[in-house]
Amino acid sequence: MSDGANGSAEIALRVENLSKNFGGVKAVGDVSVTVPKGLIYAIIGPNGAGKTTLLNMISGFYAPDQGSIHLGNEDITRLNPANRATKGIARTFQNIALFNGLTVLDNLMMGRHVHMKAGVLASFLYWGKAQREEVEHRRRVEEIIDFLKLSDLRREPTGALAYGLRKRVELGRALAVEPSLLLLDEPMAGMNQEEKEDMVRYVLDVNGEFGTTIVLIEHDMGVIMDISDRIAVLDQGSKIADGTPDEVRNNPQVIEAYLGSGH
Amino acid sequence: MYFRQSGYYKTNYKSDMALLPLPIGQATAIGYALLFFVILPLAFDEYLLSIVNIAAIAVVGALGLNILLGYTGQISIGHGAFMSVGAYTAANMAKYLDAPFWLTLPAGGLMAALIGVIVGMPSLRVKGLYLAIATLAAQFIIEWILNHTPVISGGIQASIEMPRPEIFGVVLETQAELYFFILPITALAIIATFNLVRSRIGRAFIAIRDQDVAAEIIGINVYRYKLLAFAISSFYAGVTGVLYTYYFGIANYEAFQLPISIDYLAMCIIGGLGSVMGSVYGAVFVTLLPIVIRFFMETVGVFFVDGNYLAQVIAQMRLILFGGLIIVFLVVEPEGLNKLWQNIRNYFRVWPFSY
Repeated sequence: MSDGANGSAEIALRVENLSKNFGGVKAVGDVSVTVPKGLIYAIIGPNGAGKTTLLNMISGFYAPDQGSIHLGNEDITRLNPANRATKGIARTFQNIALFNGLTVLDNLMMGRHVHMKAGVLASFLYWGKAQREEVEHRRRVEEIIDFLKLSDLRREPTGALAYGLRKRVELGRALAVEPSLLLLDEPMAGMNQEEKEDMVRYVLDVNGEFGTTIVLIEHDMGVIMDISDRIAVLDQGSKIADGTPDEVRNNPQVIEAYLGSGH
Repeated sequence: MYFRQSGYYKTNYKSDMALLPLPIGQATAIGYALLFFVILPLAFDEYLLSIVNIAAIAVVGALGLNILLGYTGQISIGHGAFMSVGAYTAANMAKYLDAPFWLTLPAGGLMAALIGVIVGMPSLRVKGLYLAIATLAAQFIIEWILNHTPVISGGIQASIEMPRPEIFGVVLETQAELYFFILPITALAIIATFNLVRSRIGRAFIAIRDQDVAAEIIGINVYRYKLLAFAISSFYAGVTGVLYTYYFGIANYEAFQLPISIDYLAMCIIGGLGSVMGSVYGAVFVTLLPIVIRFFMETVGVFFVDGNYLAQVIAQMRLILFGGLIIVFLVVEPEGLNKLWQNIRNYFRVWPFSY
């Protein structure tokens, strides 16, 4: 995605004064986050801090009550999730949301939807251009399959795969969108040590090889401190800190939020 | 081994993604073509061909409903009404404009698609049971409008006479002639559906069926694609309606009432949801069922049932068996006849070994 070669190319995502209430409960209140391009940006916080709500607003599932969201220079606050995907946002879910009846290959082909053009008539005919398009995108998908080492599972229905593998397939589907901004909602939750290490490797590789900006939510502090370039800390819907891992680690407010006062 | 999957190495993605990647599949397709276009018309008499004709028309409608029901996961109990839209469109065109079949067929389909979109626009904002009720309402509303608008439905008993289709000046009268009119259209519909469901649009439909949240996130506008599925499905229904009208020689809304909508739902469920060949098996099965029952009752049943009641018993038997079979399929093999056939095939593929 080369939408920002000039001007404020440095900013991938700018969230300003975002608020969301559910009934009388403040889920997110007045949160501003600026994510520079090409970084791994972590959002952390105790349970119920509003992390997933924030991510849902960025990907478009919740409309914010107040505030704005910019992708690069573009205001995307009012776009629906599908249009945000065409702008280059992809995400994974905390509880995997794969198309379970379909094979790994088909799941990844789904991710190519926004890059394909075949209309209804072309689809009925499946001839010439439409067929070439399918083959061309199959090639892209095979690259991702190689990248994530899924080649022997290509024809397996995703419903039959182990949990860690399904998480990996979901990452693959998000990568197939070729996003400029990748949102990962707890990519390592529920994994054993080995699976976590694999996933960390893939996240770093995606960031390193494709230059994709990554925003992730994660609870494993060891992982967060190791791989993030910057971290934002949420507590009870508000941002209480923001900075490099070292800055955040030594921030007294963060320590209080995590460990409670009196420590 | 000719019929085995092993030993065929694909060296490019195109051959790997082909509709019939194995020689056995290609041979089977050619075999079917020979059977249906050469052997059947030679071997069958007029009566048997008329059954094949009816089944072939039903296949088109079942394919269309399966795109909506099986592939997109949206229900419609109003498909009978969409067929009547196609039927009256074609009949009016033939009556007032003297239009040939190659105009009335697409026009009937397109008009049904248009009405489908109009019905779908409010209905597809709701899901599941609510959608079922909304489409059921559409069935009754369309029926009522046709029945009460003589301009569209021709006045006397809401029926319009339809001339026989004509190809190169030849009027198709006999069942054999109609057979060669209907079957190519059915074949085309089958191939087109196979293509649709393996392409970008078909994948989007499946995505909506399996995980609408995830579909939205990878850039599929769920509402728009649901509407598209509804339109495509209604197009098939419209074409089915036109074919029925040519076949029966009359357009009448009574041929497309609620039981017909239910019949088509049954075809999809019995044949196999989300399967192209399932639609074909289901349509053939549901079409043949009453014929087989009648044949059975007339030959064997006369020994058990008083001849005076035979006709009534046959009518009731059909309903009882029909309902019973749907329950049996839902419990025993929810994936329908297609899955049964695959199970049998997979068994014999490795026979005499267990795997």
